[in-house]
Amino acid sequence: MATSTEATPYTIVIGLEVHVQLLTETKLFCGCRNRFGDPPNTNVCPICLGMPGVLPVMNQKAFQLALRAAVALNCQIARFTKWDRKNYYYPDLPKNYQISQYDLPFSHDGYLEIPTADGGTKRVGIIRVHLEEDAGKLLHAERGGKSQVDLNRAGTPLLEIVTKPDMNSPAEARTFLEELRLLLRYLEVSDCNMQEGSLRCDANINLHVQHNGQTVATPIVEVKNMNSFKAVEAAMAYEARRQYEEWLRTGAKLGEVPKETRGWDENRAVTVSQRRKEEASDYRYFPEPDLVPVVVSEQMLQEVRSQIGEFPAQRRLRLAAEYGIPEYDARVIVELGKAFADYFEQFARGLENPKNASNWMLQDVQRTLNAKGWTIEQFPVRPEKLADLVSRIERREINTHAAREVFAEMIESGRDPGAIIAERGLTMVSDEQQLKAIVDQVLDENPKVLEDFKKKKGKKRKQVAGFVRGLIMRQTKGRADAALVERLVNEALVARTGVPLE
Amino acid sequence: MALSAEQVQAVALLARLRLTDEELAVMTGQLNKIVEYVEQLHEVDTKDVEPLAHPLPISNVFREDRLRPSLPRDVALRNAPDTDGEFFLVPPVLD
Ligand SMILES: [Zn+2]
Repeated sequence: MATSTEATPYTIVIGLEVHVQLLTETKLFCGCRNRFGDPPNTNVCPICLGMPGVLPVMNQKAFQLALRAAVALNCQIARFTKWDRKNYYYPDLPKNYQISQYDLPFSHDGYLEIPTADGGTKRVGIIRVHLEEDAGKLLHAERGGKSQVDLNRAGTPLLEIVTKPDMNSPAEARTFLEELRLLLRYLEVSDCNMQEGSLRCDANINLHVQHNGQTVATPIVEVKNMNSFKAVEAAMAYEARRQYEEWLRTGAKLGEVPKETRGWDENRAVTVSQRRKEEASDYRYFPEPDLVPVVVSEQMLQEVRSQIGEFPAQRRLRLAAEYGIPEYDARVIVELGKAFADYFEQFARGLENPKNASNWMLQDVQRTLNAKGWTIEQFPVRPEKLADLVSRIERREINTHAAREVFAEMIESGRDPGAIIAERGLTMVSDEQQLKAIVDQVLDENPKVLEDFKKKKGKKRKQVAGFVRGLIMRQTKGRADAALVERLVNEALVARTGVPLE
Repeated sequence: MALSAEQVQAVALLARLRLTDEELAVMTGQLNKIVEYVEQLHEVDTKDVEPLAHPLPISNVFREDRLRPSLPRDVALRNAPDTDGEFFLVPPVLD
């Protein structure tokens, strides 16, 4: 949330340039795998290595994801779009040009609504969104050594999103990024992972200072090298203070000095000057002759709109209201993507208490997906089957311990929970007479427990009761009704020793 | 429009070409001839002609998002001037 309590004689003006990597299987112009973390230079081919005589062909999925993002960002979609070569030399760019979009980006003039501190919303304008290819990765050399180049990332699809300078506090910049990430994750456009570089953000920032009844703009500074949302917020706060001090000292105004680029130094929590651009870079853009233009038809747009459906901000509110789950749970579920949220809803509909569905989704299911590296679509247990299992806990047919065992087997074998429970004899023991007999038997066999219970006090005494519960659970192979066992054990201990529970 | 020697020098720098004074003089002359030649196009009236983004009258050529085999790494690195078997090696870069 944006907060601005400090009274300052200036307004902060921030615009962001965000790059996100698209969730495609393959690169933008060739069939090499688009994946982070593979061994260096194993996802490369003559096209992405920039060999002469090869021909790039546009990945349809990449263009569709780009359209989906732009439509969700309320952008105007250009009916005719083309690609251009941006020429520069750097070792991570094998062709010596990047295929990007210059004068005819596929979308422009949109906005994203973000929540404000006072509970309202604010529109942050989007100047343009365009589709380009990423460069490779350069690993800088140790002093005196050579630098290493990994071209696995070269040619992977990248969306560039440029905002208007509409954010007026570091917190607003962070909120914008959080909302953007929610939207793009939910739409399965990008996983927006700043650590892995699938979301990268540069910021332009300056101040509008109130001075002698006039508004004076300070020089715009571009800040790079921010590796987390927290870093963006901290760098913007630092930079605003620094620019104000510099303005007090030098009085330099916008346009009087060349544009400066500064890098965020995470350890020292300061921005450091990298360079001043004496002249605008000359990228000598020209139309990419190897790619033909794309004409976006009304039908393509309709298709994209129908894929989007409900927006994440709305769905988050609806999930919380409709299922009575905490807002935090609703937010996380939506952030894990549309398919994850769809699964949740089907699962929750089959339960008495939908909170059980969000608990299972965010714990057991999520843990399994992480461990196996699956998406929710790859998860072998269908939501109705999972609801069948968890509703048995709700009906006190099995306990949570047994349910976890069944869950593990359902993932392995895909069998029905009912069959697994019957075969393994996991039905909950909740017959009071039967459990009472087991409690008595355990206490008869362990007289030392009663001594301990009498001798110990407070928390220690309670631990003895816990120990007895463990013995009962072992005796029943974990199938006993835990709440009932607790009551029966407490009653028996108190009755046999004559001392109270605490 | 005539290109000055300074403009040609700037373009040479962008293209990472180091030109001697003699080469610069030759290039400036030759480039100006090329520009002059292309400038004949100004004689054509293009008032009602739409800008052309691509000479071929086709659009929307896509491929499916399907994996195709990449090169084995040793093949990918084979023509590199320098490699450590995993990476392309380049002289250290100063930002
Ligand atoms: Zn490739």
